[in-house]
Amino acid sequence: MPSALVFFTELSDAPSKAQRELLTLAASIGEPTVAVASEVPEAAVTQLGAYGVSKLLVAPANESSFLDHSLSALEAAVNQSAAQVVVVANDNFSREVAARIAVRVDGSIVTDAIDISADLVVTKDELAGSYSAQAQASGGVLFVTLKPNSIEDTPQAQAVSVSVEELAVSAATAPSVRIMATEEKVASDRPKLTEARVVVAGGRGVNGDFSAVEALADALGGAVGASRAATDAGWISHDAQIGQTGVTVSPQLFISAGISGAIQQKAGMQTSKCIIAINKDVDAPVFEIADFGIVGDLDKVLPQAAEEIRRRQA
Amino acid sequence: MTEENTAPLKIVVLVKHVPDVQFDRHIDSASLRLDRSESVLSELDEYAVEAAVALVESQGGFAAGHEVIAATMGAKSASNSIKKALQMGASSGVHLNDEALIGSDTVVTSKALAALVEHVGDVDLVVTGMSSTDAETSVVPAQLAERLNFAQLTHALNVDFDGATRELSIRRDHADRTLTLAAALPAVLSVTDQANDPRYPNFKAIMAAKKKSITEVSLADLGLAAQAVGAAGSHITVLNAEARPAREAGTIINDSGQAGIALVDFLAEQKLI
Repeated sequence: MPSALVFFTELSDAPSKAQRELLTLAASIGEPTVAVASEVPEAAVTQLGAYGVSKLLVAPANESSFLDHSLSALEAAVNQSAAQVVVVANDNFSREVAARIAVRVDGSIVTDAIDISADLVVTKDELAGSYSAQAQASGGVLFVTLKPNSIEDTPQAQAVSVSVEELAVSAATAPSVRIMATEEKVASDRPKLTEARVVVAGGRGVNGDFSAVEALADALGGAVGASRAATDAGWISHDAQIGQTGVTVSPQLFISAGISGAIQQKAGMQTSKCIIAINKDVDAPVFEIADFGIVGDLDKVLPQAAEEIRRRQA
Repeated sequence: MTEENTAPLKIVVLVKHVPDVQFDRHIDSASLRLDRSESVLSELDEYAVEAAVALVESQGGFAAGHEVIAATMGAKSASNSIKKALQMGASSGVHLNDEALIGSDTVVTSKALAALVEHVGDVDLVVTGMSSTDAETSVVPAQLAERLNFAQLTHALNVDFDGATRELSIRRDHADRTLTLAAALPAVLSVTDQANDPRYPNFKAIMAAKKKSITEVSLADLGLAAQAVGAAGSHITVLNAEARPAREAGTIINDSGQAGIALVDFLAEQKLI
């Protein structure tokens, strides 16, 4: 049975959905070890046990500069765990940390994975999800970054007890990158865009007003996304951008409101399980990939749908 | 100011020749390689070229002796992407073209590109786009920083350079924060599509580019063995690649006043609410 290591930069009391997917995947490969590059709260340790994690390696944060601590922590964890496969989240930071350590230990890395089999064959998306490919590593430690919404989050039938060890982390070796300032983003009560089960996204057609998109997202307990046209216009934060240069989403339900569906936009959402499109232009390319399409006025359709959902849920 | 601080900047901007995302892209079912016949300069690399050229312009321009060298690895046709970078203002090009590179994974790609940067020599800054639009891994800039032992300033939302201290600072998103990061040169910088607006070359720039040189280099020039790169040198092997079935359009209705209700009916049918 291969040994799997899961690496997190941070772990809060309740692991996020994407983190639980990583734990589920690791447990399906072999007895997983988890390494975290910061302090881990007691509640999170219990959660790890529920996913079959028997060993936790902790490298308390020492973030004097950007990246260094995470690099040193992952390198130490790879050496100490002797894992054959290391799984991390698919965000830019986790990818970069894994990719650098893959170079350091002469391993390899596969990004955008959606599954790893017990014999370490990685299934991944290619060309923005228009292809599915399988790849294998011939030697060295294999690092894999997993797309959210790929694995059914499943705790183990029986929880295990977790032994916690502190990682011996060597001093940073990379040239220093200093953190000069930190701006916290405005916290949202909505689910995280990349992890949400439901995403409602608005584009040029919302004409500067996202309130109807937000109201429908809230009725469905979903996240709010946007096309690049909408973020470039300054109608909504750039963080909401879905597409080739924004985030990629793969929710159960994607509602596209007033987005034409140009190829760069489709790249960010075409692996959604169900796509609903609302657009006033019957020729909008998004209708070619929609499971259900409405040619109509957003200002009428979105509030009516939100109202109907609230009525049925009442 | 020390002597070193006034030395001209030597910048390498990495460009990649990729299949045009505006067309259907294909992976060959036999070779499992991407069909690269309709290729262009990766549009995300235009932001990298713009960032490099704009940085030089902010420091006295090319007349001050600064250089922007557009570098690529790829087949013969990849020189077209260098030409586009030259039209956008890069001063010269260097093209690593060797059949043995085919099938390189990111670990090996970064090895070859790091050797190419070292071959150029005395490089202060490597600039890249945030990701290629074909493989979309976006990890090679970080791997280059690792291999070259340069500071890693990646996914920049904006770029500031202080000519006196030769310090580069960027803003980047990280978890629920936006960080301002700073490092001294040498550095690897990757820029997002938020960082600038790439220029369109005018006729004069296009004509000027024709006079700029592109140097071809081989693996042997870099001191790399053929079996250390490409499929032979890579740990990763692609086993298969299949096009996902195209999504089919479902029911499309015209709103005649009740479409919002129809939408909810559809959600209920699909057990999505």
